[in-house]
Amino acid sequence: MASDAVVDKGRRRFLTATTAVVGGAGVVAAVIPFVKSWQPSAAAKSAGAPVEADISKIEQGQMVKFQWRGLPVFVVNRTKAQLDALAEVDPQLKDPKSENTDQQPDYAKNEYRSIKPEWLVVTGICTHLGCVPEFFGEIKPEPFDPQWKGGFYCPCHKSRYDMAGRVYDGVPAPANLAVPPYRFLDDSRILIGVNPDEGAA
Amino acid sequence: MGTTFVRLHPRNKVLAWIEDRLPWLSFLSAHTTGYYAPKNFNLWYYFGSLALVVLVNQILTGIFLTMFYKASAAEAFASVEYIMRDVEWGWLIRYMHSTGASLFFVVVYLHMFRGLMYGSYKKPRELVWIIGMLIFLVLMAEAFMGYVLPWGNMSFWGAKVIISLFGAVPWIGDTLVEWIMGDYLPADATLNRFFALHVIALPLVLLLLVVLHLGALHEVGSNNPDGVEIKDKKKPDGTPLDGIAFHPYYTVKDLFGTGFFLLIAAFIIFYAPTFGGWFLEHDNFIPANNLATPEHIKPVWYFTPFYAMLRMIPAKLPGVIVMFLGIVLLFFVPWLDRGIVKSIRYRGLGYKIALGLFALSFVMLGAVGAGITAEKIPEWFGPEANVTTIENAFGRFWLIIYFAFFAFLWVYTRFGKEKTKPVPDRVTTHA
Repeated sequence: MASDAVVDKGRRRFLTATTAVVGGAGVVAAVIPFVKSWQPSAAAKSAGAPVEADISKIEQGQMVKFQWRGLPVFVVNRTKAQLDALAEVDPQLKDPKSENTDQQPDYAKNEYRSIKPEWLVVTGICTHLGCVPEFFGEIKPEPFDPQWKGGFYCPCHKSRYDMAGRVYDGVPAPANLAVPPYRFLDDSRILIGVNPDEGAA
Repeated sequence: MGTTFVRLHPRNKVLAWIEDRLPWLSFLSAHTTGYYAPKNFNLWYYFGSLALVVLVNQILTGIFLTMFYKASAAEAFASVEYIMRDVEWGWLIRYMHSTGASLFFVVVYLHMFRGLMYGSYKKPRELVWIIGMLIFLVLMAEAFMGYVLPWGNMSFWGAKVIISLFGAVPWIGDTLVEWIMGDYLPADATLNRFFALHVIALPLVLLLLVVLHLGALHEVGSNNPDGVEIKDKKKPDGTPLDGIAFHPYYTVKDLFGTGFFLLIAAFIIFYAPTFGGWFLEHDNFIPANNLATPEHIKPVWYFTPFYAMLRMIPAKLPGVIVMFLGIVLLFFVPWLDRGIVKSIRYRGLGYKIALGLFALSFVMLGAVGAGITAEKIPEWFGPEANVTTIENAFGRFWLIIYFAFFAFLWVYTRFGKEKTKPVPDRVTTHA
């Protein structure tokens, strides 16, 4: 630029600022599609549709795993003894009254954390870091707890849950096992992935 | 001072023509024959160049693995077996890559320890340290994603556990986890994006950081076991009195070290590629199964100290915070340590003990994270022993020691508690 040219600094600053703002907006807009591309695809979403589970063959005290959205869903037919033991462990639990409403729908916020007392339906994913806890249904001393009243034990970081999927105090998992939305179609079939009052998905 | 850039004028006409347009020979000479390093480097100074050797190995073997590997949840596991059994010499290329990953961390951890020992993070080398820490972070991400690619059961569950760490972020945690996985569980989408990040995105970042690491180092010059600045005493020609040209002196020294290192590496690759389940875990020879957790989920050895930090805290968000803090605090070491004396040779006894305990705590936390303590406690305390309680007490003790190092370092140097020895004027030539 010639030395005698007068530089209009205000104009230059205005142009720099507006260019930066417009360019910045463009960059933000351009980033959106790339960020969004990481969302679950339409195919992944449709594979996450509700799943029907036949529970007629599950014996008393037995647990069967079903799959919904690739997650294991535990369905347990709890015995009278197992249900009676629930209240006994209350003092050892982090959230005995299921106060954390993220972990179950309202219709499962009760002492059994279920629609029907004997049928427990929970997502088999440890709330600590997502491992699959193991089912230790029997009321007998276990290596990890001599006073075991039945429940779930996570092999990854030793979190323990009772027979209603409620987490014990003093273990790494922060919350009770989640209860997925589900409904009874009849006495022998449940639909996992929809609430009772919702229309068919 | 910085590197001195002397313009070369090659006699060869072709080279001269190029040099006038792109002074690449002048650049090379400024960073090799023109770069003066202290003459008293010892064994600890091998690990920087060895890290570079491993990086080159990872890139070369990685490129070839990419030619045979299939980044798809349905085919990945089988394609790795295909590399191992059907591709000619495929087993060697894969074992070079997998052994290289573990040796990368061996070398990097020793390199970092060297920095702590000789005060290589101190002024004016803070940026060298920070960029190095960034390399360490990217390397961890790179190693984690690489570990997921074979899609064995440990790959799957490791991915699940590590990705769930992001679920601890308040409010957006669950959405974030779903976004990272691109599904409701680690799936094909996850594997595919990890592949892209592992083979192109992160290696590019890593290479850029390595260039910056070396660029920052060459600007301020290397530290040395005595922690004295060689630039303070110069010969009449302006080169440091205690410095020798990187090439040929240190290229030859590093070549010798590389030879020794490759001998050890070859021994592992040929005779113990899984290293007893430490470099390649047994559970990863089973295909991924989203309904069956391996009995003991544990990361590869180089993550176990940080994994133990996560496990020793009985709540998710605080556990994640403590684990990240275990790494983040290292970034601040140049400012936590207010001591002037660099090298451990002339530092106070307190620092020597603290650094020793810090290194020991890292190893002990590693043992907890790898499940060694859980395995040994019934042996030592009898079958009735409460493994969880004893392990927590042991792990938390070393966790406190680990973090106490940073607190001690600041208090010790900030309030003048350190009794240092006199630092010599010039490097001592021993070792």
